[in-house]
Amino acid sequence: MAKLTIDGMEVEVQNGLTVLQACEQIGIEIPRFCYHERLTIAGNCRMCLVEMERAPKPVASCSMPVGDGMVITTNSPAVQKMRQGVMEFLLINHPLDCPICDQGGECDLQDQALAFGSDHSRYDEVKRAVDDKSFGPLIRGIMTRCIHCTRCVRFSNEIAGVPEMGATGRGEHTEIGTYINNALTSELSGNMIDLCPVGALTSAPYAFAARPWELKKTESIDVMDAVGSAIRIDARGPEVMRILPRLNEDVNEEWISDKTRFACDGLKRQRLDQPYVRHGSKLEPATWDAAFAAIAAKVKSTDGSRIAALAGDTACVESMMALKDLLEALGSDNVECRQDGAALDPSCRAGYLFNTTIAGIEEADVCLIIGSNTRHEAPIINARLRKRYLMGGFSAGLIGEAVELTFPYTPLGAGPEILAEILSGKHGFANILKKATNPMLILGQGALMRSDGAAVLGLARKVAEKFNMVRDDWNGFNVLHTAAARVGGLDIGFVSDATLESAEIIYLLGADDYTANIPDDAFVIYQGHHGDRGAHRADVVLPGAAYTEKNATYVNTEGRMQQTRLAVFPPGDAREDWAVIRALSGVLGHTLPYDTLAQVRGRMVQINPLFGGDDSLQKFTWGDFGSGGKTEPGGFASPISNFYMTDPISRASITMARCTEMLLESDKGKTGTDG
Amino acid sequence: MLKDSDRIFQNIYGLKDTSLAGAKAIGDWDGTKKLITKGREWIVDEMKASGLRGRGGAGFGTGMKWSFMPKDSGGRPVFLVINADEGEPGTCKDREILRNEPHKLVEGALLASVGIGAGAAYVYVRGEFFREAEALQRAIDEAYAAGLIGKDACGSGYDFDMYVQLGAGAYICGEESALLQSLEGKKGQPRLKPPFPANVGLYGCPTTVNNVESIAVAPTILRRGAEWFSGFGRENNTGTKLFCISGHVNTPCTVEETMGISLKELIDTHAGGVRGGWDSLKAVIPGGSSTPMIPKAMCETAVMDFDGLKELGTGLGTAAVIVMDQSTDLIRAITRLSRFYSHESCGQCTPCREGTGWMWRMMERMADGNMTVDEIDLLEEVSRQIEGHTICALGDAAAWPIQGLIRHFRNEIEQRIVDRNIIKKAAAGAAA
Repeated sequence: MAKLTIDGMEVEVQNGLTVLQACEQIGIEIPRFCYHERLTIAGNCRMCLVEMERAPKPVASCSMPVGDGMVITTNSPAVQKMRQGVMEFLLINHPLDCPICDQGGECDLQDQALAFGSDHSRYDEVKRAVDDKSFGPLIRGIMTRCIHCTRCVRFSNEIAGVPEMGATGRGEHTEIGTYINNALTSELSGNMIDLCPVGALTSAPYAFAARPWELKKTESIDVMDAVGSAIRIDARGPEVMRILPRLNEDVNEEWISDKTRFACDGLKRQRLDQPYVRHGSKLEPATWDAAFAAIAAKVKSTDGSRIAALAGDTACVESMMALKDLLEALGSDNVECRQDGAALDPSCRAGYLFNTTIAGIEEADVCLIIGSNTRHEAPIINARLRKRYLMGGFSAGLIGEAVELTFPYTPLGAGPEILAEILSGKHGFANILKKATNPMLILGQGALMRSDGAAVLGLARKVAEKFNMVRDDWNGFNVLHTAAARVGGLDIGFVSDATLESAEIIYLLGADDYTANIPDDAFVIYQGHHGDRGAHRADVVLPGAAYTEKNATYVNTEGRMQQTRLAVFPPGDAREDWAVIRALSGVLGHTLPYDTLAQVRGRMVQINPLFGGDDSLQKFTWGDFGSGGKTEPGGFASPISNFYMTDPISRASITMARCTEMLLESDKGKTGTDG
Repeated sequence: MLKDSDRIFQNIYGLKDTSLAGAKAIGDWDGTKKLITKGREWIVDEMKASGLRGRGGAGFGTGMKWSFMPKDSGGRPVFLVINADEGEPGTCKDREILRNEPHKLVEGALLASVGIGAGAAYVYVRGEFFREAEALQRAIDEAYAAGLIGKDACGSGYDFDMYVQLGAGAYICGEESALLQSLEGKKGQPRLKPPFPANVGLYGCPTTVNNVESIAVAPTILRRGAEWFSGFGRENNTGTKLFCISGHVNTPCTVEETMGISLKELIDTHAGGVRGGWDSLKAVIPGGSSTPMIPKAMCETAVMDFDGLKELGTGLGTAAVIVMDQSTDLIRAITRLSRFYSHESCGQCTPCREGTGWMWRMMERMADGNMTVDEIDLLEEVSRQIEGHTICALGDAAAWPIQGLIRHFRNEIEQRIVDRNIIKKAAAGAAA
């Protein structure tokens, strides 16, 4: 602990803190632009200057470590004058275009100019102007507004791990940009928009769309991957305008992936806003009554056991609960949430969770990745792995495709045979695992979706057990899911061993990416929010709500139960999903015993007490899972080939389509009529 | 006047042989092994006792700096970095050392490395000094061949390597931490302090950065003794020093003199006097372009050492004396310096990046008299807003010349504004 005096107050703070952090601890706010607690310290904006006794010059509080006996002054007229001076310098070349700047209303420079700026300019010379730069389809760069704080540069180098941003030129000709105007290739690039304290980097899809004070802010959870990032949905009227990250140290810190942030324009396109019933080869608009009647007619003429249900990647626990209850009432237990066919074993919860937890990655020292491209499957978890790598003393190995992650790893080979070699100790990586204190493995869906998935799961369990990954104080066994709905589905038992082959009625609950074969003569009911693959196959379409339009429960890959909140209402005739199933149950004559959301959730608690708790994690119980069968040759492949389009929402998003075109298919040849 | 026999740099003009044989003939590499075997502490103590203050401009005690190096580096290598990025306008002393007395630098590097426990020295030579870097490299090669450096340097058992690296001509890379960045292959921008290079320097290892002259004088100081060196000059400002005299003098030169010589004697004795006689003197910039100028009245009594010039509100800097006679347009001259600093600002921190350009543009107008009297105060205030608020000293260096001009020649600036207004008025009248 260091004892120092700040503005006459004696304070005792931890050693290693900076003066700025010490000031914050006692409630003194120091203005800053370049300092950000998750980035390295640059000390270049000079806004945080304070006076320190016995120092010949004012010191930058953001970079000065605290010391015993320091005497700091932050409120003297001299300090005030310094801040005014720095503010004046920042403003002389900053354009006075706040009325047409998207940052207006949430701009650090604007806010601090109010506190430290002058009401008139003393600058009579010509202002500098900088050409706008291209950063790709997501970020608009209006570089005249740039104040060179280098937060974006540090973010791309440190957090994102793609050193693509930098400063060229020097002095007043310094310009921030990517080298020769290349588009940024990071999956986390959107966070630079939040980091930019001015309007230099703003959201391209959101350009000129709204002002922050017009927006209704709703705190919610993301479902674009299985991470469950904390988000804030900003809506105006019936429209989701943008999605921003919310702080959750245990999950996403303060970052979100570009898909989480930018796919929200897909919520406005391809929406199912009324029921449809198929007549011949054509789906025709229908009323709820007509749609329910069509279903009832078919159900009446079918044996209850020949009904099956498949839940998609963004289905909420409430709707899965209701659908499971309904099918049970009709006499079927053929429900399945593993639409990708992954051999997840529902019998042991620790066998399908990311047990180490996302924050726990920081305690691991060796990581074995099996059949996963963490960068595309969960950019936020990938960022944690990079953070862990930057802390030093960390090694990683990957079995599977040699993909580009943002941290170095040893490519170990392609398929399950390597895993067997590691288990037997023949492989060199076995030694590294053996010496590790807190080893972890990440098992991707790419390794489980194969026909030998259960055997791979069993192998992975044995590896975890052999290399001391499962202890009382540590669990290094991790399954990385790609679907937000999956863990919740497993937790309420939305699984069975039956197949769809013999089903006559198949109920698709937002299932579009199924790998199973749907028999040609099956009667398909699709309930969901987007006209995607499932709706095309359907005989009856029931419009549901997207994650921004309902209060719904999701369990993330760690097993963390979280809830989304309704930000806007579902469009047209669409309704919350559990309510649709509840209404249908009445028409079918098997009325479900709940009328309110609270009652549905009560039912969920009956099935699994987990749903009665909060978002904290439960202590794991280890068990026997996976099979001991033989594995097959052939390398693991990630289930995600296009990060930007993985679900109905992102597939409907223009922004994501643009990303796909510019970032992933930029090398594709163009025809003469293109563009 | 300093006796020839007391001059450290016996061949600064390159009139004698600059090779190893020539260097040995003027006393270099004499008994180096003995000096090394006296050990690290003796070297640092001797340097401290000599009172040598760093010759790069800031004047920090060299022995003191060496004593800051950790005794135990925790397994990390320790480096000596020699700053030969001589870019301060008016300064041309290190260049002469590299050209004509490179062996003094090589020997000094070896002894300094022993003093700080370094195994290697890097010399960062300004990009424009291509021939000078060649001369230094020749000397290093000769020293290696003669076994003076390298493994078992001078037969003392000490292993020492020396490397030359050329810069690319950026002024800011003469700032020690920007130099380290550049040496590491990064963009030459100053680092934040703390941590200081003595703890976290080149590649994160303990590093001492010294000016060429500071290192080159070390062998002679150690050979002849701290007492001899501290016998010159006055307390806290001891020793001899290379002065570079340029501008409106009859014979511009670089010359070694004792610290504390009077400015007048320096100019008259070594530079052949001011062009047109002492009375045509207008002002002098005493320590390289970044130090504030002093008017003739102050030049009469100015004493050329750190404290003497500090009393006059300026500084010794690199001891580059720029003499300006009555024909000089001082405002224009400072405008040129302002442009230099604006051009050389690295752009990292706000006050310097934004302020140097602002000051230069105001100076341009000032040189034409195209401003109001109030704006003189504004310019002064802007310079104060930069000074002391930046990461490195370039902000100060940009501010001081302007402050010096306004402090001593405000009347001239105001006169120019008045003159211009008269002409403008007349022109307007003629047009009407």
